[in-house]
Amino acid sequence: MSAALIIEQVLNGFQLGVMLFLMAAGLTLAFGVMGLINLAHGSLYMTGAFVCAWVANATGSFWTGLALGLLASAAAGAIIEILVMRRLYDRDHLDQVLATFSLILIFAEGAHWLFGSRPLYLNIPDLLDGAIALPGGGGYPVYRLAVIGVGLVVAIGLFLLITRTRLGMRIRAGESDREMIGALGVNIRTLYTLVFALGAMLAGLAGVLVGASQSVQVGMGEPVLILAFVVIVIGGIGSIKGALVASVLVGLVDTLGRAFAPSLLALALPVQAAASVGASVASILIYLLMAVVLAFRPQGLFPTHG
Amino acid sequence: MAKHRAELLVNLVIALALPAAALTAWALGESFYVSLVSRVAILALAGVGLNLALGYGGMVSFGHAAFFGLGAYAAGIFAFHAFDGTPVISWPIQIMGAASMPVGWLAAIVVAGLAALAIGAISLRTSGVYFIMITLAFAQMLYYLAVSIPTYGGADGLILYLRSGFPGLDSSDDLTFFALCYALLMLAIFITWRIAGSRFGMALRGASRNEERLAAVGISPYPIKLVAFCISAMITAVAGALFAELVGFVSPTLMAWKMSGEILIFVILGGVGRLYAPIIGAAIFILLETLIGGITDRWQFVLGLVLLGVVLFARGGVMGALTGRARHV
Repeated sequence: MSAALIIEQVLNGFQLGVMLFLMAAGLTLAFGVMGLINLAHGSLYMTGAFVCAWVANATGSFWTGLALGLLASAAAGAIIEILVMRRLYDRDHLDQVLATFSLILIFAEGAHWLFGSRPLYLNIPDLLDGAIALPGGGGYPVYRLAVIGVGLVVAIGLFLLITRTRLGMRIRAGESDREMIGALGVNIRTLYTLVFALGAMLAGLAGVLVGASQSVQVGMGEPVLILAFVVIVIGGIGSIKGALVASVLVGLVDTLGRAFAPSLLALALPVQAAASVGASVASILIYLLMAVVLAFRPQGLFPTHG
Repeated sequence: MAKHRAELLVNLVIALALPAAALTAWALGESFYVSLVSRVAILALAGVGLNLALGYGGMVSFGHAAFFGLGAYAAGIFAFHAFDGTPVISWPIQIMGAASMPVGWLAAIVVAGLAALAIGAISLRTSGVYFIMITLAFAQMLYYLAVSIPTYGGADGLILYLRSGFPGLDSSDDLTFFALCYALLMLAIFITWRIAGSRFGMALRGASRNEERLAAVGISPYPIKLVAFCISAMITAVAGALFAELVGFVSPTLMAWKMSGEILIFVILGGVGRLYAPIIGAAIFILLETLIGGITDRWQFVLGLVLLGVVLFARGGVMGALTGRARHV
């Protein structure tokens, strides 16, 4: 286990972490502000990735694809908010789960129809191609570092938006008392649509970032969605700070577990057994983390008042 | 009273519709459709299990596929070892494989009961969205576990070459197999009915509405909910065991989160907390799959639209539309 390998895996963990944060931010905002649990968030992630890949392949420009991908996911978010979500805010969680589950089916089959069943491929832009040297030898792709950078910038931006701007003030007010801010003359419907579209755009951004390093295909959103749910549950549903801490935690635990669990187990078990046990331990590690956190803190690490 | 009678009538029609459909298909020599009705009965049984937790106990479990899958694997593994002539467990006691349905069911019940005890004990400390998410997470955990165990096929799954036997019956006959599934379905509905009417059932409903009030009259809600959660899981696991025998194949996808969603759909489409509702839900699901699936592969698009319509505009599901709001829920 060389130092370079450890640094590389820690960076990978951070990359997964910031990507999860982009997903989790929208989920946790929707829950904190509107009391909505949205399973279709992974579909918005997929929408961003598909539109970006399609446009980038048609025009040859990653950046045009990125812009249109973000726009498309924000627009899709706004549309489903107006058509569906709006009717669900006062319903119980069961109705929300079911309605957004049906949206997943509709989006997945819709994407099959529009883009076909084959995966699309999205190339990394030339600007971000290449690798830089890590201390201790070995290289690390610039693109992955850029993803971490984008994630951090978004996290800071979101923090400033919520704590420093009028819109953020309204969002926080909406979290604590929605009737009151309605009575004070804030158009709560528009605010909700805006918050939802913002979350959708962040999900779309995550989809584009992941789509460029893997393939873009139907069903790509669901594994990430479930991880993002693990994140917001660990962090405390509704808390942006909790989402940030938990996404980095989950990203690191998952990545380092997958990278090192087999070799750590090999110290105690035969190599063959360690490899297969290690793989299964690694894949359930974050769920164990979540179970342990919830067993001791049923409201997550950073409980919100609600 | 009129509504009560309407519900009884609807229940009777639903209960008789399944054997009528199976017999008709059998008389016409369409064994495919007999199996299809068996499928409805099995999926409905899974729904009856969830309905106990969801409809009567107010526990929105988004992880019941775990129990469905565990039941399927339990039955599948016993049959696999019987075929192989090897023991299922050799320590601390030796248990040989057995290609017998009652053994498979028993294994499914025991395994799922233990799993539900562990999962429920942790999950029931939380409530609301946290409960939904933690049950989902536990199901994912078991899913990945099943994927990573190569002995039982890993991600590829386990093929069962022969349907297990049932003492005194020819279980490979489609109609006989349907009769077994139907008998278990009716038994599970009967058990749910007895539970709902019992003192325990009253306490369970009390726990789903107001835990503080229940605690105030001296009944602790946690053990009540945990027991109900376990019974619910066991019923769903038997459905899983039957499903494995029906299709002759067990794979981790039975535990995937989409399956949990589908079991929820059976219950909600039919009507939450109504005894016979899961049969309607499962029947509609299979009908859509067969009818629209015959025209286009993209039948789930239509399923999504139907489901969305039911949630947004027809609360209470089909039973709610037919007989009005439930009396207890």
